[in-house]
Amino acid sequence: MTDTTTTPPEIGGIGHSVKRAEDARLIEGQGNFVDDIALPGMLHMALVRSPVAHARINSIDTEAASAVDGVVAVVTGELMDAHGLAWMPTLSGDTQAVLATDKVRYQGQEVAAVVATDPYIAADAAELVEVDYEMLDAITTPQQSLADGAEVIRDEKEGQTDNLAYTWETGDAAATEAAFANADRVVSLTTHYPRSHPSPLETCGIVADVNSVTGQATLYMTSQAPHAHRTLFALVAGLPEQNIRIVSPDIGGGFGNKVPIYPGYVVATAASLLIGQPVKWVETRTGNLISTGFGRDYYMTGELALSDDGRIQAMRVDMLSDQGAFYADAQPSRYKAGLFHVCTGSYDFGNAHIKCRGAFTNKAPGGVAYRCSFRITEASFLIERLMQTAADELGIDPAELRLRNFIQPEQFPYETPTGFVYDSGDYPTALRKALEAAGYDELRAEQAAAREQGKLMGIGIAHFTEAVGAGPAHTYDIAGLKMIDSAELRVHPTGKAVLKIGVKTQGQGHETTFAQIVAEETGIPAGDIKVIHGDTDDTPYGLGTYASRSTPVGGAATAMVARKIADKARHIAAHLLEAAPEDIERDADKFFVAGSPDQSVSIQDAAFAAYTNLPEGMEYGLEDVTYYNPPNLTFPYGSYVVVVDVDPDTGVWKVRRMVALDDCGVRINPMIVEGQIHGGLTEGFAMSSMQWITFDDDGNCIGSNFMDYLIPTAWETPRFELLETVTPSPHHPIGAKGIGESATVGSPAAFVNAVVDAVAHLGVRNIDMPVLPDRVWEAIETADT
Amino acid sequence: MEITVNINGTDHSADVEPRKLLVDHIRTGAGLTGTHIGCDTTSCGVCTVLVDGKPVKSCTMLAVQADGRRVTTVEGLKTADGLHPIQQAFSDEHGLQCGFCTPAMMLVGAALIEENPDPSDDEVRWAISGNLCRCTGYMNIVKSIRAAAAAAGNGSSGADD
Ligand code: FES
Ligand code: FES
Repeated sequence: MTDTTTTPPEIGGIGHSVKRAEDARLIEGQGNFVDDIALPGMLHMALVRSPVAHARINSIDTEAASAVDGVVAVVTGELMDAHGLAWMPTLSGDTQAVLATDKVRYQGQEVAAVVATDPYIAADAAELVEVDYEMLDAITTPQQSLADGAEVIRDEKEGQTDNLAYTWETGDAAATEAAFANADRVVSLTTHYPRSHPSPLETCGIVADVNSVTGQATLYMTSQAPHAHRTLFALVAGLPEQNIRIVSPDIGGGFGNKVPIYPGYVVATAASLLIGQPVKWVETRTGNLISTGFGRDYYMTGELALSDDGRIQAMRVDMLSDQGAFYADAQPSRYKAGLFHVCTGSYDFGNAHIKCRGAFTNKAPGGVAYRCSFRITEASFLIERLMQTAADELGIDPAELRLRNFIQPEQFPYETPTGFVYDSGDYPTALRKALEAAGYDELRAEQAAAREQGKLMGIGIAHFTEAVGAGPAHTYDIAGLKMIDSAELRVHPTGKAVLKIGVKTQGQGHETTFAQIVAEETGIPAGDIKVIHGDTDDTPYGLGTYASRSTPVGGAATAMVARKIADKARHIAAHLLEAAPEDIERDADKFFVAGSPDQSVSIQDAAFAAYTNLPEGMEYGLEDVTYYNPPNLTFPYGSYVVVVDVDPDTGVWKVRRMVALDDCGVRINPMIVEGQIHGGLTEGFAMSSMQWITFDDDGNCIGSNFMDYLIPTAWETPRFELLETVTPSPHHPIGAKGIGESATVGSPAAFVNAVVDAVAHLGVRNIDMPVLPDRVWEAIETADT
Repeated sequence: MEITVNINGTDHSADVEPRKLLVDHIRTGAGLTGTHIGCDTTSCGVCTVLVDGKPVKSCTMLAVQADGRRVTTVEGLKTADGLHPIQQAFSDEHGLQCGFCTPAMMLVGAALIEENPDPSDDEVRWAISGNLCRCTGYMNIVKSIRAAAAAAGNGSSGADD
């Protein structure tokens, strides 16, 4: 392990595997999740969802439901409309129905809500709401949706005459065409990154407590972005922002699912306002899977222009995304396909051109970045699958092909053909180290021998580069809000501290790692620092935790505010030591005059003096706040090697080994970093092997519960072997790059490449995800060798 | 119906609807919210408690079926002597991230160790295969359960494989 520690374990700064502060409550069942909150007089809400994918609503009869003993209110779109709340804006500038008034546009869409004194009563009464639907044909693929004469799904939207949600294009089309025209070889790959769902084990929920006398709205919400949600609530509902307090308590996993604002939150809030009592809504699992933010669903065709010796000259991509009924992607507003244009990956070549269209279909909206920095997962998958395809087509070893095309360490900062400036990296070293750990040459020899005996084994490689930590205010905003973040640090007289941050943990361990950053910068032991997050009345503004932005942006803000505090403490120490501030040095936990470390002032002494004994003219107290606008994104990367054995008779494949090398820059807490990688690799394995959501021709969601939507258990999940290199980010205050999503981004291509590699000699070039055994079997059967 | 369930060593008597799920009785009746709900189909396991020492998905048992029985939830793991070894091990080995699956995982782990004082990696994985975790990739959960077995004085803590 690379040692980046500078503090002793008692202080627990950067590089220490400090045990997590949040564990104490969670291991004793004392966590505080949204569903654990019970307020006096609290009512319970259940949603009525559409059973069909596309239909006109003729009428809604709420009489039977209203008559049930214990039912307090039945809310329909008509009632919401009377308050101007039947529709709400999405994070991508579209509008979305809160409760349907005209049509339902996907199965599971919210149509009405029942508020009752008991959750069982609310659920019973919801069954009694009668909706008269006039059926319309369901459009279930983007290809159908964009075909001539397709019924317009968004007929309510002014100026919308077809089902096109957006078009987007970037790169240099002419130069790319020229490169393709002159290329020795062109390889192409058409694949579908299927619809998936983040499905954290805790579903979405809210306890809305609106005081009708004071107008104060306290919303306990499963929110990955509480501050942004507060502002959006103010804008949508017209509530004064100072009267809105969002509290995001313990969150049972997010993975992007808890970034959007969902109809259930809005209806519960409106119901609480109208009734004058707190209202709780907690989604069912089916509700979560069929209506909230899905991920992926991109049909992609990628092409590489290459020279005969395998040097890439250009890349061309054409894509079609299935947006569902509303364009509700959570992503920076100027990028319609997120940061997909990072798809040139880890390779050095001159030209790229990317075109993308998005189509409305009769499916749930969402398009969240599922454990991903805005479509980077799809981008990384495409280039890494294309590299495998090119290797197979050109007959060059896939590791060698990558080594021939890598951006070299001395080329950083490196500007890609689509305008990203990669901060730092040493790709060849990373790949070589991963190959060596896997025993690559021996594996290739074994594979050749196995093929002789009719056995199938495959070795898959992926080398990904991510772009995370959005982002610089000049380029990145969501719904107009710049993607900055903040930290406020207060050091009390006894030297104990409270750090308040704009980002929000959902299991990543911010209460521990952010304290470690402060410990590193100030010398206050991490255990003496309480980290507060998630309560908008008690924390400074920030855009929240997703897209691996906590450490790159919130972590940077934390380091910067801690530096301000350390600097003030140094001035106080100078006063106490009767020396000039510029003569004061600091080691891990104390200040002293340069050259005489025997006489020192601890950070705790300085903290006490900040309230008791200050130099002339200095303001009392030891606290500050920093808003951090990152100068650039950060670019973590990794090299993954997967070894699989494939049963030629059944197509069943098993992971024999998974070697994962990650370089996320400086690791604040190695234990937590490794935990993040384990989790990410598992989600990558899930998507490549079993986890997807499909629909039948009528738009019925297949994958609406955990019996149909398969999440790997401990039994299926492979064991992982982790490696690292450390290449600090040159522009991040502590050199960290972010790690939460790397493994989900990078690993699917490695798994798929491994299976394809096992059957490549038979002529197979592609198997779409999830790589189900029947797909493998069919690929073998129909291979044209 | 009148029922009495012994939860974590204390008898709780209540009048419950016959259809009330045990998990709801534990969470809202007894006010013990460490037991969670994560699905509608008995698939996720975050609601697991021990009934007479055996892991049971409490979303799939009626409260009335627990009448006269002994239920252990996460709140019952700690004793006067301190944390249960499984709790300590989950914290030491980073066996939890969001913590939503954790109470159930610890109870299943504790029950496994009772039965099998030195479980192998595969035995632990099989034992927890009714419990999903979305965060950890299971590596450190397996490690935690085996470390708890070792700490209880029985296990080999993974040194053998
Ligand atoms: S709540 Fe999912 S199994 Fe019980
Ligand atoms: S720790 Fe989050 S689900 Fe297991």
